[in-house]
Amino acid sequence: MVLHKTDRINNLYRNKVIQYALVMIVVIWTLYPFYSMFVASMKNVGELYNLEANPFWINKPTLSNFIYLFTQTNYLKWYINSSIVGISTVLISTIISLLFAYSVAVLRTKGGLALGVMIFMVYLIPQTLLFLPLNSLVNSLGISDSLWSLIFTYPTFQIPFSTWLLIGYFQNIPKEMIEAARVDGASTIQILRKIVIPISSPILITVMLFSFVLSWGDLIYALVFISSSTRETLGVGTVTQLIRGDSFFWGPLMAGGLLAAIPVVILFSFFLDQYVSGITSGSVK
Amino acid sequence: MHKFNEFPRSCSKKHLSNYIYLIPGLAYLIVAVGWPLIDAIYLSFTNAQIGEKVPKFVGLYNFINLLKDSTFLTAAYNSILFTVVSVFLKMIIGIGIALLLYNFKQKWLRAIVLLPWVIPSTFGILGWLWILDPLYGSLNWLLIHSLGFSIPWLAEPFWARTSVILVNTWRGIPFFAIGFLGGMIAIPRDIYEAAKIDGSNSIHSFWYITLPLLMPVILIISLFSIVMTISDFSVVYILTRGGPINSTQVFATLTYQVGLSGAQIGRGAAISLFILPVLIVLAIIMLRYVNPSKKGGLE
Repeated sequence: MVLHKTDRINNLYRNKVIQYALVMIVVIWTLYPFYSMFVASMKNVGELYNLEANPFWINKPTLSNFIYLFTQTNYLKWYINSSIVGISTVLISTIISLLFAYSVAVLRTKGGLALGVMIFMVYLIPQTLLFLPLNSLVNSLGISDSLWSLIFTYPTFQIPFSTWLLIGYFQNIPKEMIEAARVDGASTIQILRKIVIPISSPILITVMLFSFVLSWGDLIYALVFISSSTRETLGVGTVTQLIRGDSFFWGPLMAGGLLAAIPVVILFSFFLDQYVSGITSGSVK
Repeated sequence: MHKFNEFPRSCSKKHLSNYIYLIPGLAYLIVAVGWPLIDAIYLSFTNAQIGEKVPKFVGLYNFINLLKDSTFLTAAYNSILFTVVSVFLKMIIGIGIALLLYNFKQKWLRAIVLLPWVIPSTFGILGWLWILDPLYGSLNWLLIHSLGFSIPWLAEPFWARTSVILVNTWRGIPFFAIGFLGGMIAIPRDIYEAAKIDGSNSIHSFWYITLPLLMPVILIISLFSIVMTISDFSVVYILTRGGPINSTQVFATLTYQVGLSGAQIGRGAAISLFILPVLIVLAIIMLRYVNPSKKGGLE
Protein backbone atom coordinates (compact mmCIF):
# COMPACT_ATOMS: atom_id res chain seq x y z
CA MET A 1 0.00 0.00 0.00
CA VAL A 2 1.32 3.37 -0.97
CA LEU A 3 0.74 6.22 1.41
CA HIS A 4 -0.15 9.65 0.15
CA LYS A 5 2.45 12.29 0.67
CA THR A 6 0.44 14.21 3.27
CA ASP A 7 -0.22 10.98 5.18
CA ARG A 8 3.48 10.28 5.29
CA ILE A 9 4.24 13.74 6.60
CA ASN A 10 1.49 13.41 9.18
CA ASN A 11 2.89 10.06 10.26
CA LEU A 12 6.36 11.47 10.54
CA TYR A 13 5.02 14.36 12.58
CA ARG A 14 3.03 12.04 14.84
CA ASN A 15 6.08 9.85 15.42
CA LYS A 16 8.14 12.88 16.43
CA VAL A 17 5.47 13.95 18.91
CA ILE A 18 5.33 10.47 20.44
CA GLN A 19 9.10 10.38 20.62
CA TYR A 20 9.30 13.71 22.44
CA ALA A 21 6.54 12.64 24.83
CA LEU A 22 8.48 9.48 25.67
CA VAL A 23 11.67 11.49 26.14
CA MET A 24 9.79 13.74 28.56
CA ILE A 25 8.52 10.76 30.56
CA VAL A 26 12.00 9.26 30.76
CA VAL A 27 13.53 12.56 31.86
CA ILE A 28 10.91 13.09 34.58
CA TRP A 29 11.13 9.50 35.82
CA THR A 30 14.91 9.74 36.03
CA LEU A 31 15.34 13.20 37.48
CA TYR A 32 12.28 13.60 39.66
CA PRO A 33 13.85 12.13 42.84
CA PHE A 34 16.71 14.61 42.57
CA TYR A 35 14.39 17.50 41.81
CA SER A 36 12.26 16.51 44.75
CA MET A 37 15.32 16.54 47.01
CA PHE A 38 16.24 19.96 45.69
CA VAL A 39 12.79 21.38 46.45
CA ALA A 40 12.76 19.97 49.97
CA SER A 41 16.29 21.17 50.68
CA MET A 42 15.35 24.79 49.90
CA LYS A 43 12.14 24.93 51.95
CA ASN A 44 11.81 26.22 55.47
CA VAL A 45 10.24 24.05 58.16
CA GLY A 46 6.85 25.74 57.94
CA GLU A 47 6.51 25.20 54.22
CA LEU A 48 8.00 21.70 54.31
CA TYR A 49 5.43 20.41 56.79
CA ASN A 50 2.47 22.32 55.40
CA LEU A 51 0.26 19.63 53.90
CA GLU A 52 -1.35 22.15 51.55
CA ALA A 53 1.92 23.56 50.21
CA ASN A 54 2.80 22.61 46.65
CA PRO A 55 5.53 19.91 46.86
CA PHE A 56 6.80 20.72 43.36
CA TRP A 57 7.58 24.36 43.96
CA ILE A 58 9.38 26.51 46.54
CA ASN A 59 7.55 29.61 47.71
CA LYS A 60 10.20 31.10 49.96
CA PRO A 61 13.60 29.60 49.17
CA THR A 62 15.91 29.36 52.15
CA LEU A 63 19.42 28.09 52.78
CA SER A 64 18.65 27.30 56.41
CA ASN A 65 18.85 23.53 55.84
CA PHE A 66 22.33 23.85 54.41
CA ILE A 67 23.36 26.13 57.23
CA TYR A 68 21.96 23.61 59.70
CA LEU A 69 24.08 20.88 58.10
CA PHE A 70 27.30 22.80 58.52
CA THR A 71 26.61 24.23 61.95
CA GLN A 72 24.52 21.64 63.78
CA THR A 73 25.94 18.38 62.40
CA ASN A 74 29.33 16.94 61.49
CA TYR A 75 28.49 17.18 57.80
CA LEU A 76 31.69 18.98 56.82
CA LYS A 77 33.68 16.37 58.70
CA TRP A 78 31.86 13.58 56.83
CA TYR A 79 32.64 15.32 53.57
CA ILE A 80 36.31 15.49 54.45
CA ASN A 81 36.31 11.86 55.60
CA SER A 82 34.67 10.67 52.39
CA SER A 83 37.23 12.63 50.37
CA ILE A 84 40.18 11.24 52.30
CA VAL A 85 38.94 7.68 51.98
CA GLY A 86 37.93 8.14 48.35
CA ILE A 87 41.21 9.63 47.16
CA SER A 88 43.46 7.25 49.07
CA THR A 89 41.58 4.08 48.13
CA VAL A 90 41.42 5.13 44.49
CA LEU A 91 45.20 5.55 44.43
CA ILE A 92 45.86 2.26 46.22
CA SER A 93 43.43 0.17 44.23
CA THR A 94 44.36 1.67 40.87
CA ILE A 95 48.06 1.00 41.37
CA ILE A 96 47.46 -2.57 42.52
CA SER A 97 45.01 -3.21 39.68
CA LEU A 98 47.31 -1.67 37.10
CA LEU A 99 50.18 -3.96 38.10
CA PHE A 100 47.96 -7.01 38.19
CA ALA A 101 46.27 -6.37 34.86
CA TYR A 102 49.66 -5.51 33.30
CA SER A 103 51.07 -8.86 34.29
CA VAL A 104 48.01 -10.80 33.15
CA ALA A 105 47.12 -9.04 29.92
CA VAL A 106 50.28 -7.36 28.63
CA LEU A 107 53.06 -9.64 29.83
CA ARG A 108 50.69 -12.59 29.38
CA THR A 109 52.04 -14.33 32.43
CA LYS A 110 51.40 -18.06 32.55
CA GLY A 111 48.18 -18.82 34.38
CA GLY A 112 46.94 -15.35 33.54
CA LEU A 113 43.59 -16.50 32.25
CA ALA A 114 42.88 -18.38 35.46
CA LEU A 115 43.77 -15.24 37.40
CA GLY A 116 41.46 -13.18 35.21
CA VAL A 117 38.66 -15.60 35.96
CA MET A 118 39.49 -15.42 39.65
CA ILE A 119 39.27 -11.63 39.59
CA PHE A 120 35.89 -11.86 37.95
CA MET A 121 34.65 -14.25 40.63
CA VAL A 122 35.89 -11.95 43.37
CA TYR A 123 34.05 -9.10 41.67
CA LEU A 124 30.81 -11.04 42.05
CA ILE A 125 31.21 -11.57 45.80
CA PRO A 126 28.85 -9.05 47.39
CA GLN A 127 29.60 -6.89 50.41
CA THR A 128 26.72 -8.63 52.17
CA LEU A 129 28.76 -11.80 52.31
CA LEU A 130 31.90 -10.11 53.59
CA PHE A 131 30.91 -7.46 56.10
CA LEU A 132 30.59 -9.75 59.12
CA PRO A 133 33.96 -11.50 58.78
CA LEU A 134 35.58 -8.23 57.67
CA ASN A 135 34.27 -6.66 60.85
CA SER A 136 36.09 -9.33 62.86
CA LEU A 137 39.22 -8.77 60.78
CA VAL A 138 39.03 -5.01 61.19
CA ASN A 139 38.56 -5.46 64.94
CA SER A 140 41.53 -7.78 65.28
CA LEU A 141 43.69 -5.40 63.28
CA GLY A 142 42.72 -2.70 65.76
CA ILE A 143 41.47 -0.31 63.08
CA SER A 144 37.74 -0.40 63.78
CA ASP A 145 36.03 2.97 64.16
CA SER A 146 38.75 4.69 62.15
CA LEU A 147 39.05 5.73 58.52
CA TRP A 148 41.75 3.07 58.17
CA SER A 149 39.08 0.40 58.33
CA LEU A 150 37.49 1.87 55.20
CA ILE A 151 40.80 2.46 53.46
CA PHE A 152 41.64 -1.16 54.16
CA THR A 153 38.34 -2.64 52.98
CA TYR A 154 37.15 -0.51 50.04
CA PRO A 155 39.76 -1.94 47.66
CA THR A 156 37.97 -5.31 48.09
CA PHE A 157 35.36 -4.06 45.65
CA GLN A 158 37.49 -1.52 43.77
CA ILE A 159 40.35 -3.83 42.77
CA PRO A 160 38.32 -6.62 41.10
CA PHE A 161 36.30 -4.07 39.17
CA SER A 162 39.30 -1.97 38.09
CA THR A 163 41.44 -4.97 37.23
CA TRP A 164 38.68 -6.47 35.13
CA LEU A 165 38.26 -3.24 33.21
CA LEU A 166 42.00 -2.83 32.69
CA ILE A 167 42.48 -6.41 31.53
CA GLY A 168 39.80 -5.88 28.89
CA TYR A 169 41.57 -2.73 27.68
CA PHE A 170 45.10 -4.12 27.80
CA GLN A 171 44.12 -7.09 25.64
CA ASN A 172 43.82 -4.67 22.75
CA ILE A 173 47.34 -3.28 22.99
CA PRO A 174 49.14 -4.64 19.91
CA LYS A 175 51.48 -7.46 20.87
CA GLU A 176 54.06 -6.22 18.36
CA MET A 177 54.45 -2.96 20.23
CA ILE A 178 55.43 -4.75 23.43
CA GLU A 179 57.61 -7.27 21.62
CA ALA A 180 59.48 -4.49 19.84
CA ALA A 181 60.21 -2.77 23.12
CA ARG A 182 61.42 -6.03 24.61
CA VAL A 183 63.74 -6.65 21.69
CA ASP A 184 65.14 -3.17 22.22
CA GLY A 185 66.02 -4.30 25.71
CA ALA A 186 63.34 -2.47 27.70
CA SER A 187 62.64 -3.94 31.12
CA THR A 188 59.07 -4.75 32.10
CA ILE A 189 58.92 -1.73 34.38
CA GLN A 190 60.09 0.51 31.53
CA ILE A 191 57.47 -0.94 29.21
CA LEU A 192 54.84 -0.23 31.83
CA ARG A 193 55.97 3.35 32.39
CA LYS A 194 56.88 4.39 28.86
CA ILE A 195 54.33 2.50 26.79
CA VAL A 196 51.42 1.04 28.70
CA ILE A 197 50.55 3.90 31.05
CA PRO A 198 50.70 6.66 28.40
CA ILE A 199 48.44 4.82 25.97
CA SER A 200 46.05 3.77 28.73
CA SER A 201 45.30 7.16 30.22
CA PRO A 202 41.64 7.24 29.09
CA ILE A 203 40.86 3.91 30.70
CA LEU A 204 42.89 4.80 33.79
CA ILE A 205 40.80 7.95 34.25
CA THR A 206 37.61 5.91 33.84
CA VAL A 207 38.81 3.33 36.34
CA MET A 208 39.72 5.99 38.89
CA LEU A 209 36.39 7.74 38.48
CA PHE A 210 34.41 4.58 38.96
CA SER A 211 36.48 3.55 41.95
CA PHE A 212 35.97 6.94 43.49
CA VAL A 213 32.21 6.77 43.02
CA LEU A 214 32.11 3.26 44.50
CA SER A 215 33.97 4.52 47.55
CA TRP A 216 31.85 7.68 47.80
CA GLY A 217 28.62 5.72 47.78
CA ASP A 218 29.45 2.91 50.17
CA LEU A 219 26.96 2.59 52.95
CA ILE A 220 27.30 -0.83 54.53
CA TYR A 221 31.00 -0.99 55.40
CA ALA A 222 30.98 2.47 56.91
CA LEU A 223 27.81 1.61 58.81
CA VAL A 224 29.38 -1.55 60.21
CA PHE A 225 32.93 -0.43 60.98
CA ILE A 226 32.42 3.17 62.13
CA SER A 227 30.65 4.13 65.31
CA SER A 228 31.79 7.69 66.11
CA SER A 229 29.88 10.48 64.43
CA THR A 230 33.05 12.42 63.59
CA ARG A 231 34.55 9.48 61.71
CA GLU A 232 31.52 8.75 59.60
CA THR A 233 31.38 9.25 55.86
CA LEU A 234 28.72 11.05 53.83
CA GLY A 235 26.44 8.11 53.13
CA VAL A 236 26.29 6.72 56.62
CA GLY A 237 26.39 10.14 58.29
CA THR A 238 23.35 11.50 56.46
CA VAL A 239 21.39 8.27 56.79
CA THR A 240 22.05 7.67 60.49
CA GLN A 241 22.42 11.16 61.96
CA LEU A 242 19.61 12.92 60.09
CA ILE A 243 17.18 10.04 60.51
CA ARG A 244 16.97 9.19 64.18
CA GLY A 245 14.52 6.48 64.99
CA ASP A 246 11.21 7.73 63.73
CA SER A 247 12.16 11.36 63.39
CA PHE A 248 13.34 12.56 60.02
CA PHE A 249 15.18 15.86 59.68
CA TRP A 250 13.81 16.15 56.15
CA GLY A 251 15.24 19.52 55.15
CA PRO A 252 18.84 18.84 56.19
CA LEU A 253 18.54 15.23 55.06
CA MET A 254 17.64 16.23 51.51
CA ALA A 255 20.24 19.02 51.51
CA GLY A 256 22.86 16.54 52.68
CA GLY A 257 21.98 13.95 50.06
CA LEU A 258 22.00 16.55 47.32
CA LEU A 259 25.33 18.11 48.30
CA ALA A 260 26.87 14.64 48.49
CA ALA A 261 25.80 13.88 44.92
CA ILE A 262 27.26 17.08 43.50
CA PRO A 263 30.96 16.12 43.20
CA VAL A 264 29.94 12.95 41.38
CA VAL A 265 27.77 14.90 38.96
CA ILE A 266 30.62 17.32 38.30
CA LEU A 267 33.12 14.52 37.65
CA PHE A 268 30.53 12.82 35.50
CA SER A 269 29.92 15.88 33.37
CA PHE A 270 33.65 16.35 32.77
CA PHE A 271 34.18 12.79 31.66
CA LEU A 272 30.81 12.06 30.13
CA ASP A 273 32.23 10.71 26.88
CA GLN A 274 34.52 8.30 28.71
CA TYR A 275 31.62 7.04 30.77
CA VAL A 276 29.22 6.55 27.92
CA SER A 277 31.74 5.02 25.55
CA GLY A 278 33.13 2.83 28.33
CA ILE A 279 29.71 1.45 29.05
CA THR A 280 28.37 1.23 25.55
CA SER A 281 31.42 -0.77 24.53
CA GLY A 282 30.04 -3.25 27.00
CA SER A 283 33.00 -3.39 29.30
CA VAL A 284 31.66 -1.82 32.44
CA LYS A 285 29.94 -3.40 35.40
CA MET B 1 72.23 -19.01 22.70
CA HIS B 2 70.59 -17.80 19.54
CA LYS B 3 67.39 -19.59 20.37
CA PHE B 4 67.45 -18.09 23.82
CA ASN B 5 67.42 -14.59 22.36
CA GLU B 6 64.60 -15.42 20.06
CA PHE B 7 62.35 -16.39 22.94
CA PRO B 8 63.13 -13.84 25.61
CA ARG B 9 60.08 -14.90 27.59
CA SER B 10 61.55 -18.26 28.50
CA CYS B 11 64.36 -16.45 30.28
CA SER B 12 63.68 -17.31 33.91
CA LYS B 13 64.62 -13.94 35.35
CA LYS B 14 62.14 -12.07 33.18
CA HIS B 15 59.57 -14.70 33.85
CA LEU B 16 59.91 -14.19 37.55
CA SER B 17 59.47 -10.44 37.25
CA ASN B 18 56.14 -11.00 35.49
CA TYR B 19 54.87 -12.59 38.65
CA ILE B 20 56.11 -9.84 40.94
CA TYR B 21 53.40 -7.52 39.57
CA LEU B 22 50.76 -9.95 40.72
CA ILE B 23 51.91 -10.08 44.32
CA PRO B 24 50.28 -6.92 45.74
CA GLY B 25 46.90 -7.78 44.24
CA LEU B 26 47.01 -11.44 45.15
CA ALA B 27 48.24 -10.81 48.67
CA TYR B 28 45.59 -8.20 49.31
CA LEU B 29 42.73 -10.25 47.90
CA ILE B 30 43.76 -13.32 49.86
CA VAL B 31 43.84 -11.34 53.12
CA ALA B 32 40.80 -9.12 52.57
CA VAL B 33 38.48 -11.35 50.51
CA GLY B 34 39.69 -14.97 50.58
CA TRP B 35 40.25 -15.17 54.29
CA PRO B 36 36.98 -13.40 55.28
CA LEU B 37 35.05 -15.69 52.95
CA ILE B 38 36.50 -18.77 54.63
CA ASP B 39 35.91 -17.13 58.00
CA ALA B 40 32.25 -16.53 57.09
CA ILE B 41 31.83 -20.21 56.27
CA TYR B 42 33.57 -21.20 59.49
CA LEU B 43 31.49 -18.77 61.58
CA SER B 44 28.26 -20.08 60.11
CA PHE B 45 29.00 -23.46 61.70
CA THR B 46 29.52 -21.92 65.13
CA ASN B 47 27.49 -20.09 67.75
CA ALA B 48 29.88 -17.11 67.59
CA GLN B 49 28.62 -13.96 69.32
CA ILE B 50 30.03 -10.49 69.62
CA GLY B 51 31.93 -10.18 72.87
CA GLU B 52 32.30 -13.91 73.46
CA LYS B 53 35.80 -15.26 73.19
CA VAL B 54 35.58 -18.88 72.08
CA PRO B 55 32.79 -19.86 69.68
CA LYS B 56 31.49 -23.42 69.86
CA PHE B 57 31.11 -25.59 66.77
CA VAL B 58 27.43 -26.31 66.21
CA GLY B 59 27.44 -28.02 62.82
CA LEU B 60 24.45 -27.23 60.63
CA TYR B 61 22.40 -25.95 63.56
CA ASN B 62 22.29 -22.33 62.28
CA PHE B 63 21.14 -23.35 58.82
CA ILE B 64 18.50 -25.81 60.04
CA ASN B 65 17.28 -23.35 62.62
CA LEU B 66 16.99 -20.59 60.03
CA LEU B 67 14.83 -22.72 57.77
CA LYS B 68 12.33 -22.93 60.64
CA ASP B 69 12.47 -19.20 61.31
CA SER B 70 9.60 -17.26 59.79
CA THR B 71 11.55 -13.97 59.63
CA PHE B 72 14.31 -15.67 57.69
CA LEU B 73 11.82 -17.29 55.34
CA THR B 74 10.20 -13.91 54.75
CA ALA B 75 13.62 -12.44 53.99
CA ALA B 76 14.42 -15.24 51.55
CA TYR B 77 11.01 -14.84 49.90
CA ASN B 78 11.45 -11.06 49.66
CA SER B 79 14.98 -11.29 48.27
CA ILE B 80 13.79 -13.60 45.51
CA LEU B 81 10.58 -11.64 44.87
CA PHE B 82 12.35 -8.27 44.70
CA THR B 83 15.05 -9.67 42.46
CA VAL B 84 12.78 -11.48 40.01
CA VAL B 85 10.23 -8.69 39.66
CA SER B 86 12.64 -5.78 39.53
CA VAL B 87 15.09 -7.47 37.15
CA PHE B 88 12.17 -8.29 34.86
CA LEU B 89 10.94 -4.68 34.96
CA LYS B 90 14.44 -3.32 34.43
CA MET B 91 14.82 -5.57 31.40
CA ILE B 92 11.53 -4.52 29.77
CA ILE B 93 11.83 -0.81 30.52
CA GLY B 94 15.55 -0.98 29.77
CA ILE B 95 14.90 -2.25 26.26
CA GLY B 96 12.28 0.45 25.75
CA ILE B 97 14.62 3.23 26.86
CA ALA B 98 17.50 1.77 24.85
CA LEU B 99 15.33 1.87 21.72
CA LEU B 100 14.42 5.45 22.49
CA LEU B 101 18.08 6.39 22.99
CA TYR B 102 19.00 4.58 19.79
CA ASN B 103 16.54 6.59 17.74
CA PHE B 104 16.84 9.86 19.65
CA LYS B 105 20.53 10.41 19.18
CA GLN B 106 21.08 13.14 21.75
CA LYS B 107 24.00 12.86 24.11
CA TRP B 108 22.29 14.85 26.85
CA LEU B 109 19.52 12.27 27.12
CA ARG B 110 22.06 9.47 27.54
CA ALA B 111 23.73 11.47 30.27
CA ILE B 112 20.45 12.02 32.08
CA VAL B 113 19.42 8.38 31.81
CA LEU B 114 22.76 7.37 33.33
CA LEU B 115 22.46 9.65 36.36
CA PRO B 116 20.69 7.30 38.81
CA TRP B 117 23.43 4.78 38.21
CA VAL B 118 26.33 7.24 38.41
CA ILE B 119 25.19 9.05 41.52
CA PRO B 120 25.77 6.69 44.45
CA SER B 121 22.44 5.04 45.06
CA THR B 122 22.36 6.00 48.75
CA PHE B 123 21.59 9.60 47.79
CA GLY B 124 19.03 8.86 45.10
CA ILE B 125 17.18 6.49 47.43
CA LEU B 126 16.94 9.33 49.96
CA GLY B 127 14.99 11.27 47.34
CA TRP B 128 12.58 8.37 47.01
CA LEU B 129 12.22 8.13 50.77
CA TRP B 130 10.93 11.67 50.69
CA ILE B 131 8.67 11.18 47.65
CA LEU B 132 7.13 8.08 49.22
CA ASP B 133 6.63 9.54 52.68
CA PRO B 134 2.99 8.76 53.48
CA LEU B 135 2.29 12.13 55.11
CA TYR B 136 4.50 14.75 53.43
CA GLY B 137 5.58 12.92 50.26
CA SER B 138 4.72 14.41 46.88
CA LEU B 139 3.32 11.15 45.50
CA ASN B 140 0.53 11.09 48.08
CA TRP B 141 0.02 14.84 47.71
CA LEU B 142 -0.60 14.23 44.03
CA LEU B 143 -2.94 11.31 44.72
CA ILE B 144 -4.96 13.22 47.31
CA HIS B 145 -5.28 16.33 45.17
CA SER B 146 -6.21 14.50 42.00
CA LEU B 147 -7.97 11.30 43.05
CA GLY B 148 -8.84 11.99 46.66
CA PHE B 149 -7.07 9.07 48.31
CA SER B 150 -3.57 8.24 49.52
CA ILE B 151 -1.47 5.08 49.66
CA PRO B 152 0.46 3.97 52.79
CA TRP B 153 3.64 3.55 50.70
CA LEU B 154 6.19 2.51 53.26
CA ALA B 155 3.83 1.76 56.11
CA GLU B 156 2.01 -1.36 54.95
CA PRO B 157 3.72 -4.61 53.91
CA PHE B 158 2.27 -4.81 50.41
CA TRP B 159 3.00 -1.17 49.59
CA ALA B 160 6.39 -1.27 51.27
CA ARG B 161 7.34 -4.21 49.06
CA THR B 162 6.00 -2.39 46.02
CA SER B 163 8.08 0.65 46.96
CA VAL B 164 11.24 -1.41 47.31
CA ILE B 165 10.68 -2.96 43.88
CA LEU B 166 9.95 0.47 42.40
CA VAL B 167 13.15 2.00 43.74
CA ASN B 168 15.23 -1.04 42.82
CA THR B 169 13.90 -0.75 39.28
CA TRP B 170 14.56 2.98 39.09
CA ARG B 171 18.10 2.49 40.24
CA GLY B 172 18.88 -0.40 37.87
CA ILE B 173 17.35 0.86 34.64
CA PRO B 174 20.34 3.00 33.52
CA PHE B 175 22.66 0.01 33.57
CA PHE B 176 20.24 -2.00 31.43
CA ALA B 177 19.36 0.83 29.05
CA ILE B 178 22.94 1.86 28.35
CA GLY B 179 24.13 -1.75 28.18
CA PHE B 180 21.39 -2.60 25.68
CA LEU B 181 22.13 0.55 23.74
CA GLY B 182 25.73 -0.63 23.41
CA GLY B 183 24.48 -3.96 22.10
CA MET B 184 22.14 -2.25 19.62
CA ILE B 185 24.86 0.03 18.29
CA ALA B 186 27.04 -3.03 17.70
CA ILE B 187 24.47 -4.55 15.33
CA PRO B 188 25.57 -3.73 11.74
CA ARG B 189 23.22 -1.33 9.96
CA ASP B 190 23.29 -3.29 6.67
CA ILE B 191 21.20 -6.03 8.27
CA TYR B 192 18.41 -3.53 8.85
CA GLU B 193 18.81 -2.08 5.36
CA ALA B 194 18.55 -5.54 3.82
CA ALA B 195 15.46 -6.34 5.85
CA LYS B 196 13.89 -3.05 4.84
CA ILE B 197 14.42 -3.81 1.17
CA ASP B 198 12.75 -7.18 1.76
CA GLY B 199 9.73 -5.29 3.06
CA SER B 200 10.22 -5.70 6.80
CA ASN B 201 8.72 -2.98 9.01
CA SER B 202 10.31 -1.69 12.18
CA ILE B 203 8.40 -4.02 14.50
CA HIS B 204 9.52 -6.99 12.43
CA SER B 205 13.09 -5.75 12.42
CA PHE B 206 13.05 -5.39 16.19
CA TRP B 207 11.54 -8.82 16.74
CA TYR B 208 13.63 -10.79 14.24
CA ILE B 209 16.91 -8.87 14.18
CA THR B 210 17.46 -6.66 17.23
CA LEU B 211 16.13 -9.00 19.89
CA PRO B 212 17.91 -12.21 18.83
CA LEU B 213 21.21 -10.40 18.30
CA LEU B 214 20.82 -8.64 21.62
CA MET B 215 20.20 -11.87 23.54
CA PRO B 216 23.76 -12.38 24.83
CA VAL B 217 23.85 -8.80 26.15
CA ILE B 218 20.40 -9.17 27.74
CA LEU B 219 21.49 -12.38 29.41
CA ILE B 220 24.74 -11.10 30.81
CA ILE B 221 23.32 -7.81 32.06
CA SER B 222 20.38 -9.58 33.68
CA LEU B 223 22.66 -12.04 35.44
CA PHE B 224 24.80 -9.20 36.74
CA SER B 225 21.73 -7.41 37.92
CA ILE B 226 20.45 -10.52 39.69
CA VAL B 227 23.72 -10.75 41.62
CA MET B 228 23.57 -7.06 42.57
CA THR B 229 19.87 -7.04 43.44
CA ILE B 230 19.70 -10.21 45.50
CA SER B 231 22.55 -9.05 47.69
CA ASP B 232 21.47 -5.41 47.89
CA PHE B 233 21.41 -3.67 51.22
CA SER B 234 20.89 0.03 50.72
CA VAL B 235 17.42 0.19 49.14
CA VAL B 236 15.72 -1.73 51.92
CA TYR B 237 17.89 -0.26 54.66
CA ILE B 238 17.16 3.33 53.70
CA LEU B 239 13.50 2.93 52.73
CA THR B 240 12.14 0.65 55.44
CA ARG B 241 14.98 -0.79 57.56
CA GLY B 242 13.26 -4.12 56.90
CA GLY B 243 9.93 -3.00 58.31
CA PRO B 244 7.07 -2.74 58.88
CA ILE B 245 7.49 -5.70 61.24
CA ASN B 246 10.18 -7.41 59.14
CA SER B 247 7.91 -7.56 56.10
CA THR B 248 10.57 -6.18 53.74
CA GLN B 249 13.65 -7.85 55.20
CA VAL B 250 16.09 -9.26 52.66
CA PHE B 251 19.23 -11.38 53.13
CA ALA B 252 21.48 -8.34 53.50
CA THR B 253 19.40 -6.40 56.02
CA LEU B 254 18.62 -9.49 58.09
CA THR B 255 22.32 -10.41 58.15
CA TYR B 256 23.01 -6.92 59.46
CA GLN B 257 20.22 -7.07 62.02
CA VAL B 258 21.03 -10.54 63.34
CA GLY B 259 24.82 -10.55 62.95
CA LEU B 260 25.55 -7.03 64.17
CA SER B 261 22.65 -5.45 66.00
CA GLY B 262 21.73 -8.84 67.47
CA ALA B 263 25.41 -9.77 67.99
CA GLN B 264 24.82 -13.33 66.73
CA ILE B 265 27.69 -13.52 64.25
CA GLY B 266 27.36 -17.24 63.53
CA ARG B 267 23.70 -17.03 62.70
CA GLY B 268 24.24 -13.84 60.69
CA ALA B 269 26.99 -15.48 58.65
CA ALA B 270 24.67 -18.40 57.93
CA ILE B 271 22.00 -16.00 56.61
CA SER B 272 24.43 -14.28 54.26
CA LEU B 273 25.73 -17.63 52.99
CA PHE B 274 22.34 -18.51 51.57
CA ILE B 275 23.25 -16.17 48.70
CA LEU B 276 26.36 -18.19 47.88
CA PRO B 277 24.77 -21.08 45.92
CA VAL B 278 22.88 -18.55 43.78
CA LEU B 279 26.11 -16.66 43.13
CA ILE B 280 28.02 -19.79 42.19
CA VAL B 281 25.39 -20.92 39.68
CA LEU B 282 25.19 -17.45 38.11
CA ALA B 283 28.98 -17.11 38.03
CA ILE B 284 29.31 -20.43 36.18
CA ILE B 285 26.74 -19.38 33.59
CA MET B 286 28.39 -15.98 33.19
CA LEU B 287 31.88 -17.39 32.80
CA ARG B 288 30.73 -19.15 29.66
CA TYR B 289 29.85 -15.76 28.18
CA VAL B 290 32.30 -13.44 29.80
CA ASN B 291 35.80 -13.77 28.57
CA PRO B 292 38.38 -11.13 29.38
CA SER B 293 40.42 -12.09 26.32
CA LYS B 294 37.66 -10.86 24.04
CA LYS B 295 37.43 -7.24 23.02
CA GLY B 296 35.68 -5.09 25.55
CA GLY B 297 35.82 -7.81 28.13
CA LEU B 298 32.14 -8.44 28.33
CA GLU B 299 30.63 -10.09 25.31
